[in-house]
Amino acid sequence: MFKFTEEQIKRYARHIILPEVGGKGQEKLLNSKVLVIGAGGLGSPAILYLAAAGVGTIGIVDFDVVDFSNLQRQVIHNTERVGTPKVESAKKTVEMLNPDVKVITYNTRISKENIMDIIKDYDVVLDGTDNFPTRFLINDACYFAGKPLVSAAMLRFEGQVSVFDYRNKENSPCYRCLFPEPPPPGLVPSCQEAGILGSIGGIMGCIQATEAIKLILGIGEPLVGKLLIMDALSMDFRKVKLRKDPSCPLCGEKAVIKELIEYEQVCDVHF
Amino acid sequence: MAVIVRVPTPLRRLTNGQGEVQVEALTIREAVEKLESLYPGFKERLLDENGELRKFVNIYLNDEDIRFLKGIDTELKDGDVLSIVPAIAGGF
Repeated sequence: MFKFTEEQIKRYARHIILPEVGGKGQEKLLNSKVLVIGAGGLGSPAILYLAAAGVGTIGIVDFDVVDFSNLQRQVIHNTERVGTPKVESAKKTVEMLNPDVKVITYNTRISKENIMDIIKDYDVVLDGTDNFPTRFLINDACYFAGKPLVSAAMLRFEGQVSVFDYRNKENSPCYRCLFPEPPPPGLVPSCQEAGILGSIGGIMGCIQATEAIKLILGIGEPLVGKLLIMDALSMDFRKVKLRKDPSCPLCGEKAVIKELIEYEQVCDVHF
Repeated sequence: MAVIVRVPTPLRRLTNGQGEVQVEALTIREAVEKLESLYPGFKERLLDENGELRKFVNIYLNDEDIRFLKGIDTELKDGDVLSIVPAIAGGF
């Protein structure tokens, strides 16, 4: 039986009292390892809630530094940290929030050379990145490594989130079943045109943290085979079915993608 | 058949900011044509040069992906809701 300290019993009391979590569930969380790729608008709230929940090891990948233009939504950073690496800023905030959490930082751009090595030690991967090439790379890598992926994306007033459970590849659709290929430049709003209401990241990032915690605890129904779409202007939440596509280039019957692909960056401007 | 089309925020510049529009159509292809005549520019956002749905845009008829129905030729009935869901990448 896991030995909680007095402080831990107090800290996690509101979890432990939930029958779905309990002492056993809290122990699972403390022993779990979650990787968050991108410490931005989605990663900030996701990391905060994973840390508060007592996820024992949180890996954070980001190559950027904190900028004033981030602070409208990236709540894990603050004004004093402008100019410092995001991974270091996030680590400091987590350490102040919960000393139970071990933070492992990767101050690097995720690439086909490093991704398999980075994700291999984690139980769950969260995608909070800001471009298509990286999203497809993360998806393919998680698929090959058999790691569950909690993927969210947002634009303006809208968010999308789904879970791809690659521990069970036979039954889970993949990101490429949803979108087989990244869009070519010019057909999605360009980076300069895009904007985002800051609090949308809070909603979507918290959903990602919740789904990751559910996967670790093995409770409820994760968003596998479902895409949750949120429109904040009408505050509509809709779930649509996401099916495994037999002609999917990654997980279909005649899959052609057998190794990692790095697509060209369509836009490299950061917000 | 009167159907409701849910327009994602990136395409609302075409619909004067409206998040939902109504069109009369018997198939999804016809609905796209109606949308194009009401809001020029809509069709090229959804369909490629061969008239097929683009690979980074999905259309859902109620909660079902039309690729798993009859695609763009899927028939519509009164009260159906079409949702356009483009791939978005922002994590910002």
